[in-house]
Amino acid sequence: MNGELVIDVEGMSKSFGPHKVVNNFGIQVPKGCIYGFLGPNGSGKTTTIRLLCGLLTPDAGSGTCLGYDVIHETDLIKRQVGYMTQRFSLYDDLSIEENLTFVGRMYGMADRAAKVTDTLERLGLVARRKQLAGTLSGGWKQRLALASCIMHAPKLLLLDEPTAGVDPQARRDFWDQIHILADQGLTILVSTHYMDEAERCHQIAYIAYGELLVHGPVGEIVAGSGIATWSVEGKDQISLASELRHLTGVDRVTAFGRSLHVSGIDAAALETAIAPYQIRPGLTWTRGETSLEDVFIHLMSQATDNIQ
Amino acid sequence: MRRDRLTFAMMVGVPVMQLLLFGFAINADPRGLPVAVMSADQSEFSRSFVAALENSEYFRIANYPETEVEADRLLRVGAVQFVINIPEDFSRELMRGARPSLLVEVDATDPAAASNALATLQVLGNRALNHDLDGPLQDLRATPPPFELVVHRRYNEEGITQYNIVPGLMGVVLTMTMVIMTSLAVTRETERGTMESLLATPVTPLEVMIGKIVPYILVGYVQVALILIAAKFIFGVPMEGSLLLLSLVLIVFVAANLAVGFTFSTLAGNQLQAMQMAFFFFLPSLLLSGFMFPFRGMPLWAQWLGEVFPLTHFLRVVRGILLKGNGVADIAAETGYMALFLIVASTLAMLRYRRTLD
Repeated sequence: MNGELVIDVEGMSKSFGPHKVVNNFGIQVPKGCIYGFLGPNGSGKTTTIRLLCGLLTPDAGSGTCLGYDVIHETDLIKRQVGYMTQRFSLYDDLSIEENLTFVGRMYGMADRAAKVTDTLERLGLVARRKQLAGTLSGGWKQRLALASCIMHAPKLLLLDEPTAGVDPQARRDFWDQIHILADQGLTILVSTHYMDEAERCHQIAYIAYGELLVHGPVGEIVAGSGIATWSVEGKDQISLASELRHLTGVDRVTAFGRSLHVSGIDAAALETAIAPYQIRPGLTWTRGETSLEDVFIHLMSQATDNIQ
Repeated sequence: MRRDRLTFAMMVGVPVMQLLLFGFAINADPRGLPVAVMSADQSEFSRSFVAALENSEYFRIANYPETEVEADRLLRVGAVQFVINIPEDFSRELMRGARPSLLVEVDATDPAAASNALATLQVLGNRALNHDLDGPLQDLRATPPPFELVVHRRYNEEGITQYNIVPGLMGVVLTMTMVIMTSLAVTRETERGTMESLLATPVTPLEVMIGKIVPYILVGYVQVALILIAAKFIFGVPMEGSLLLLSLVLIVFVAANLAVGFTFSTLAGNQLQAMQMAFFFFLPSLLLSGFMFPFRGMPLWAQWLGEVFPLTHFLRVVRGILLKGNGVADIAAETGYMALFLIVASTLAMLRYRRTLD
């Protein structure tokens, strides 16, 4: 990772009718970085990705992507970007190999046959090359989609929820693949709902209601949130949870298996609040670790408050 | 249905359109057919005869060609439906009671178009000169008429309807399949989500359009080959002109239809809408082109509307080539119209084709 910025945009806005989907959005993504895009459904992740690869024209904003202007040089950007759509968007009635050959043609690649074979090998698709894309399972479809967007050797990958609906093994393989690509110097922007995936990113950005709420490396975000968490185990969790929820200083109570996670933005206030319960018999309190999910849920509720 | 306005519009629009077209435009008894009069006899009789033609409302004198060659050309390119030859010594022979013959050449490619007019001509022949035949010539008024009407049906002597319909079908089949096929082509990409990937690649709209159109041109040729084989061996349709010329014109016609289909596919939100649009285009093409009803039977506004559709021009070309043996010069104008249509439709398609998902 060096200082070179692959994506550098600011002030991007996009509305569909009365809805402002992306509002004054700006990010800087350095080369070779795996940048995670997180946010609730409808927060504008897909729209932002489409703005970056020129599929949508922003209403306002400026910046560069791979050194090209995001407004006027979308044709040049398209050549060097691999975009993997949220919904599988290759041809069901073509085989894996035919799909890749088609994509190769679209990019006007020379020595297409060699590139297709090479890509098939890279992603372990050789054995299934003759299978129709429509008959593939979710994991293989996703692998094919990735193959089709890295074949033209792009410098930037935009992956829109690539692992939605894919089993854990396939997800893990997919992320291993992404790390290999990043090692080779590709910059990857990936949107996801999975926290474990977010934690595999070098940097993440959290978007809600079209606005960038927080960004940076995962550790910094968690530490920066200042949220303290305690974990409590004991009987009768449901009534305990409702009791705890009403305390000042407790922002959130979440059930995790047999334990409850109790968290608050102010560590001191939280401790004061739970002090009477810590001496209650039958309850075991331990200081828990604040998870990324806690941070995001907190951010979400704040953002909702802002909207209201 | 309330949310799908286009379907609703089609359900109301199509019946209204049919009502208007069938009601006002369609007329199986065409009047005002253009006639070329070659008169070598400047007499009272020939003038009366021509005046009688015009008064019948079935005929409209469009041209007075000087030479046989010119008259023949007018008939061949379809500028006139009839050529009436009044021989040099018509009046002299008439007065002598020698029953001179009057040659009427008819473009009979569409037998239905000319039949009523021809029937009128016979009646007219009996009566047209009655006014002039007075005094000592009164005797000539009696039947049989004072002159003999020789009708020469050109291009389709026996008046066989198939000769007209089968080549025309080629145009109809092509219009139907080509417009529907392409109108579905891009819409299907949008519906399946593959459009998003396609847009993310560096392909240009023109490349997409050519990619969508070219395969169907080949399909069109296969259809044409089938129809031509059937025309030749089942229906025995004469093939006077050059098939090579026909296949060259076909490219323009097929491409024009494909461009329309492509335009529809950029407008339609889903495949159903695309189908409806294709139908909306096909119906007036069929009714106003002169395939089902004689073109000249329609009121002027309907004829102008009919001129818009490439099928109208293609029908003239295909009938011209197969039945009349038209050459390049004869069909140049009609082909030009089709080319113009192609250019307008493709430009529209290019303007409508969105390179983004906005």
